[in-house]
Amino acid sequence: MIIMGWNINKNKCLRCGACVSVCPKIALELSEHGIENNKNLCNLCGICEKICPVGAIKVNKNA
Amino acid sequence: MLKESYDVVVVGAGPGGSSVATHCAKAGLSVALLEKRQEIGSPKRCGEGLSLNSLKMIENYLGKKIPSKCIAQEIDGAIVYAPNGKKVIIDFKENAGAVMERKIFDKWLAEEASRAGAYVQAKTYVKDIIKKNGYICGVTGEFEDEYFEIKAKVVVAADGVESKIARLAGLDTTNKLINIDSGYQFEMVNLKLNDPKKIELYFGNNIAKRGYCWIFPKGKDVANVGIGIALAEKPARYYLEKWIETKPEIFNSAGITEVNSGGIPVGGFLENMVLNGFLVVGDAAHQVNPIHGGGMKEATIAGKIAADVIVEAIKKNNVSKEVLDKYNKIWWKERGNELLKVQKLREVFEKLSDEDLNMLAEVLTGDDLIAFSRGSKLGTLAKILIKNPKIAFLAKHLI
Repeated sequence: MIIMGWNINKNKCLRCGACVSVCPKIALELSEHGIENNKNLCNLCGICEKICPVGAIKVNKNA
Repeated sequence: MLKESYDVVVVGAGPGGSSVATHCAKAGLSVALLEKRQEIGSPKRCGEGLSLNSLKMIENYLGKKIPSKCIAQEIDGAIVYAPNGKKVIIDFKENAGAVMERKIFDKWLAEEASRAGAYVQAKTYVKDIIKKNGYICGVTGEFEDEYFEIKAKVVVAADGVESKIARLAGLDTTNKLINIDSGYQFEMVNLKLNDPKKIELYFGNNIAKRGYCWIFPKGKDVANVGIGIALAEKPARYYLEKWIETKPEIFNSAGITEVNSGGIPVGGFLENMVLNGFLVVGDAAHQVNPIHGGGMKEATIAGKIAADVIVEAIKKNNVSKEVLDKYNKIWWKERGNELLKVQKLREVFEKLSDEDLNMLAEVLTGDDLIAFSRGSKLGTLAKILIKNPKIAFLAKHLI
């Protein structure tokens, strides 16, 4: 199933924060609960998907 | 217990944060060193290797010997593999470095900060900064369910590659994809290592685009095994697992005891790392060697430079960005300019085809690489390359 928008597979995510460091909108945050995306700030640019070492992030721009 | 106000609040207890905290506390300042994770030093995002030079430098800066419990394995050289499998053995024939146990090392560094007088607290999540009249004057955050506010004359962001504090404060520390590697690593056991005293590096555009795979021994049959890549089509994890499958002679009966990942800054140094009442050190400031991605030494040095500047600023009762700018100046003079050259070298190397890399492995000897690593000067490498007609063309990139 393709889910529109920004998606993270929390079972794959290792909470390393690589995605946070490249997010141009400061929309991502590594909290105690894992990676969180502020959907008000995120513009679905997909850079976080490109850096993710484990392929946990999928961004569908046609949301 | 956490107090309401400190001279200095350091966010993040990695090598950079602990270095700032230790030196500020030694100079008599009140310091809080706050770590968001429940355990300092874990999980790591690092190959854990340190050259003897770096080890000595860290010891000099701390004024203390690193306890042997922090070192997993002493190293006397490296084996570098070209894409075609041709290997170049670098044998120092004596202790040349170590693979650390980051979990223990980072904790020890934080312990030293505490012994110097800093207040250290884990599982304390700094979420935002407090800004007043153009000055950063404290932090807010959460400890368990409780919200807290701490005032500080200077706030130091040492919160790693995922640093948000610096960006919230107003410094653009966002990593560009071109200047960050994607890293993935295992700690593995029951390996058949070629030589437990040598680190191994495997190059090749199909193995690890723009980076390398590594085996850093942490014992006779234990190692930190990882990959750093950039701008590749698939995630780092895919390439590491694929590469491991091609080496059954090493990994056939291996087990995985730890899985880690991380972004590794490899360039994009910041011209300005200060604001009124604020500065940024370590991975958060991209202070990492762009060739090998090592940051422990850089963070330690930058931490000391930052602390000296903070101590002076607080003594003068002036923590404006004009005064803290001295940190920019000293860091760029002592480290930045050199690291920028290393970044240039990285940019040359990443343009090399597998054929070029194979050729390098044909003509470069282990001794050449030792000479290069000792001097770490681009000119040294250029001289070596010029002597070999086939690869002389590479030299022009280095001079």
